[in-house]
Amino acid sequence: MVEFWWTYIWPVVVVAFQSVLLLASLLIAIAFLLVADRKIWAAVQMRRGPNVVGPFGLLQSFADFLKFVFKEPIVPSGANKGVFLLAPLVSSVLALSAWAVIPVNEGWAVADINVGILFVFAISSLEVYGVIMGGWASNSKYPFLGALRSAAQMVSYEVSIGFVIITVLLCAGSLNLTEIVLAQKGDLGLFNWYWLPLFPMFVIFFISALAETNRPPFDLPEAESELVAGFMVEYSSTPYLLFMLGEYVAIVLMCALTTILFLGGWLPPFDVAPFNWLPGVFWFVFKVCIMFFMFSMVKAMVPRYRYDQLMRLGWKVFLPLSLFMVVAVAAVLQFSGLAG
Amino acid sequence: MNELLGAYFPVIIFIAVALVIGLALMIAPFVVAVSRPDPEKLSAYECGFKAFDDARMKFDVRFYLVALLFIIFDLEVAFLFPWAVAFKEAGVFGFWSVMVFLAILTIGFIYEWRKGALEWD
Repeated sequence: MVEFWWTYIWPVVVVAFQSVLLLASLLIAIAFLLVADRKIWAAVQMRRGPNVVGPFGLLQSFADFLKFVFKEPIVPSGANKGVFLLAPLVSSVLALSAWAVIPVNEGWAVADINVGILFVFAISSLEVYGVIMGGWASNSKYPFLGALRSAAQMVSYEVSIGFVIITVLLCAGSLNLTEIVLAQKGDLGLFNWYWLPLFPMFVIFFISALAETNRPPFDLPEAESELVAGFMVEYSSTPYLLFMLGEYVAIVLMCALTTILFLGGWLPPFDVAPFNWLPGVFWFVFKVCIMFFMFSMVKAMVPRYRYDQLMRLGWKVFLPLSLFMVVAVAAVLQFSGLAG
Repeated sequence: MNELLGAYFPVIIFIAVALVIGLALMIAPFVVAVSRPDPEKLSAYECGFKAFDDARMKFDVRFYLVALLFIIFDLEVAFLFPWAVAFKEAGVFGFWSVMVFLAILTIGFIYEWRKGALEWD
């Protein structure tokens, strides 16, 4: 009995504890990142942003959360109730589950599986389903159009994200996220990370990540001026909150993925005294915050794309460019002898 | 086999925990919030009008086309993953095989471009 406890039950308890810890810190971090997003957006437009709840409005997200929970949940009479309620659940749970493989420090991943990047790629592909289900089940015109647009957009940019990941894999030679980070370790510190040698791919990945997560300037699925709120029109209360949560979790996931693939994950910028005193988690969170700041600034400064421009950028610019870069990176590695 | 299962087991627990959080949030307002539905509140939103007809109408065939193209290219990316990981082991032969594969795909891509499958106007 004692043996059974230590070999079967105890590991489950440990993993469950780790999962809860990671998810809790992630959700709290997102609560503050949401405030940061609104504050940055406000600052660019010379407004104050949320500043009432808590010091400097820091607790705004928690107030919003309570408000969502006490709102009346509305399920439209024409909707397919099961699918309607399943959709936000799918989009938020999928976005959260991709975090299982993200290493926030060396060995600090809940599941350090050997196909980590493939898992994240697969999960982020599945997120389209939440959007389509929500839009279709609402049985209303705006959500339907929003869901169609959103699905086509997410799917288009997924292709270039795939190619970008291929180029990183060519350099790193592993699907494991921890090993991808360790492959970027070198004497040159931050100049060894993949953002420099793969700079065009870094830019493509960043822009595709914006499109993939429906962030401005690619927020056509929820373009207020034409589609009211896209696939979320009919949602209220926590079903809406779950969509919103899923979106922000996906955004932070994309920031974390950029950090891991191009910005050396938890590695300090230079492996010398003042920098490597700080723990790896600090550097990881720091880099994720920088990426999130970039996301916010783009949201604040860039005007929204037109739909045909969006599709043109995805299929006629990013796809050929990333395809060419896969060939170029492979050729350089093959013929310069860097591949060994 | 056991090791493989062991590596993936935490993923399942993680998804279960995420599901619990999602479900808890989902159910909360149905339990605590006041619910006073009426026919107007439950009707589909259409700028204040009564809905004209069913929302599940015909849509542009281009969305369908995009989905088809996505399948082709995403599958291709899936084929490239094993090659990219085993790049060193695959060597010169592997490199040229993939180049031929990509060349054939590029011909298809040029064809669809010339045919106007990527035009949105």
